Amino acid sequence: MNATLHRIRILIRKELLAILKDPRSRLVLVLPVILQSLLFGYAATFDLNEVPYALLDTDRSNASQQFVNVLDGSGVFDRVMNLSSPNQIGETIGKKRALLVIHLPADFERDILSGRGGVVQVIADGRNSNTGNVAASYVSAAVDRFNTQWNQLRGGSNPPLTIETRAWYNPNLETRWAMIPSLIGALSMLQVLMLSALSVAREREQGTFDQLLVTPLRPTEIMIGKAVPPILIGLTQSSIIFLLARFWFGIPFQGSLLTLYSGLLLFTTAAVGIGLALSAFSKTMQQAMLYTFVLLMPMMLLSGLTSAVSNMPRAMQYLTYANPLRYAIDLVRRVYLEGAGFGYLYHDMWPLVIIALVTLPVAVWLFRHRLV
Amino acid sequence: MIDQVHSQRLSWRRLRALTVKETRQLLRDRSNLMVGLFLPFVLILVFGYGLSFDIKNAPVAIVSQDTSPTAQDVIAGFYLSPYFTVTPLHSMAEAQRLMRSGKVEAIVYLQTDFSRRLAAGDASIQVLVNGVDANRARVLEGFAQGAISQWNVKRAAAGQNSALPAPAVQLETRLWFNEANTSTHFLVPGLIVLIMTLNGALLTSLVMAREWERGTLESLFVTPINTGELIASKLIPYFGVGLAGLAMCLLAGKFLFFVPIRGSLLLIVLISMLYLLVSLSLGLLISAATKNQFLASQIALIVSFLPALMLSGFIFDLRSVPVIVRAISTVLPPTYYVEALQTLFLAGNVPGLLIKDTAVLLTAAVLLFVLIRINTRKQLV
Repeated sequence: MNATLHRIRILIRKELLAILKDPRSRLVLVLPVILQSLLFGYAATFDLNEVPYALLDTDRSNASQQFVNVLDGSGVFDRVMNLSSPNQIGETIGKKRALLVIHLPADFERDILSGRGGVVQVIADGRNSNTGNVAASYVSAAVDRFNTQWNQLRGGSNPPLTIETRAWYNPNLETRWAMIPSLIGALSMLQVLMLSALSVAREREQGTFDQLLVTPLRPTEIMIGKAVPPILIGLTQSSIIFLLARFWFGIPFQGSLLTLYSGLLLFTTAAVGIGLALSAFSKTMQQAMLYTFVLLMPMMLLSGLTSAVSNMPRAMQYLTYANPLRYAIDLVRRVYLEGAGFGYLYHDMWPLVIIALVTLPVAVWLFRHRLV
Repeated sequence: MIDQVHSQRLSWRRLRALTVKETRQLLRDRSNLMVGLFLPFVLILVFGYGLSFDIKNAPVAIVSQDTSPTAQDVIAGFYLSPYFTVTPLHSMAEAQRLMRSGKVEAIVYLQTDFSRRLAAGDASIQVLVNGVDANRARVLEGFAQGAISQWNVKRAAAGQNSALPAPAVQLETRLWFNEANTSTHFLVPGLIVLIMTLNGALLTSLVMAREWERGTLESLFVTPINTGELIASKLIPYFGVGLAGLAMCLLAGKFLFFVPIRGSLLLIVLISMLYLLVSLSLGLLISAATKNQFLASQIALIVSFLPALMLSGFIFDLRSVPVIVRAISTVLPPTYYVEALQTLFLAGNVPGLLIKDTAVLLTAAVLLFVLIRINTRKQLV
């Protein structure tokens, strides 16, 4: 037992040296994580802070002026141009001069006063339909505000039924609050997978893996020795992102560190298992890297990071059951933002345990029975 | 000396020999083809079928102890909406438990005295959404708001509350270039950008570094091959793989996802070739500068792939990012390629925009070529 521990410890030390001895490699393990967190934190937002719009006010009445005041007073809309004819709409949107054209037709005021109801036409740039929809929903809110104002000024009553909305866990509905905690899992996965796949592939390419196999180390010991360093590095990277989320972006942490790290440990172990198993398919480092990448891309995209898993068709959702990142992102978000404890998280945890329990023994077996 | 003089001129024979060697090397290694052809195929399926920002059937709990017809009428609005899948409940505690365990995404709560207060004209409905996915939460809020407004309008029209005037102003929204309002239509052009970037930068970032690591580049130096030929022979095969990826995307976009192509197909292909050149050169430059496969692949991801995904305006709109991030995105080639593609696919030929985009990409290509030459020549000495 003692001898086993001793051998594993030595192998871990050698592996850590192999990864960390090159200063450029050390840098590449830390710097990208920080850069990406900042980048995603600032760039990855579906919120629109300002909506550049062009106004086409054909009515030029008191009512249309009042509507424009509501728009400009909202602080979200930024009027970049005034159009004088509908012919200009095409060019304004086509050349991306404005995201929206808001058109108040000639009989806007007359229709309101006659009780028929005026119409606000919005033409949105749908090249990114997501942005277009968000912007249009802002106009819709402005229309509601205008209607309430108009009714109140004329002594009308409010609608009988109103709606009160409240958002749990993310009161201001900021994309960043969901994005950054997800990165605690997502960003470390890239290098955890690659490091574990490379550590075997490098030895294969240089021919030292056979030497390792004839040492007193048993395959299971080799596996543990190869698995621990990437796990440690992955957890370190996760910690860096956690600190950035907590202290740089100031996103309040609701859960317990114990829960968070138990989840992360399971996740990183599962990821390392996949990486080690993958390396059995690779003769060279290049293959290990490219295969990792082929696997990683769909995993990232089908993890719920950018678009929710529940939006996907059934068949795709079944595929995500084998994706450790799917569970990790759900788990981290729920611990971080919702403060969920173990009781609410077991359905994220047991699949990770199963993935690790399948991939790690497979990796051990593949050390001796390689496929290529 | 004589060899060196000779090697200043481009020799088609040497170039062809080298290109054949590179192509063979590429074709023999399955991993290259996995990234070059299989990954685009998988990504097409993932982007076309898996990713969607369009919400349908969000699980929602409705808590109501009011069995009056009016309350049922309001709730019916949620049942009929294609955006919600409703779970009717009787207690708030149970609804909160479902929300905590992630089984529902929102709770709609009607007070016990709902219909009495509605008759008095001051009823309200509480909607609690899980805000973790902020974008989704906001859209859900909007849908709930819509269901209620519709009910208000219907009721006003039925004349049950004559005190309430019809809303003064209504909204008519048209989403130009994407009338069907499906996110697939902008995701597919974005996907082409990703695949061109991947094929270009990631694959070529490994080629030079690999030769350095294995020491085979030094043996090339003693042959009469010159730098230009070396660079060209490395680019040509991967250019071919990139074009194959492009063809797959275009076919899938047209025949699987029915994304309209409103601009000229020729322009799409030409500008894609230009961007492919930029991205291949970027990969080669990274490869020549790092001389280490692991480093090269990591840097390629950070410098080319991430900006293409995050900073190009492909998923996330650039209008709301901080000035510094926006400044970074304006010097990166993918931003212009995304703009050009989205325009060519969905809007049509908009000359002003396309000339600008092409000019930027051309400048980037020339700049990168010069940098590669400098980097490769230095090491020849």
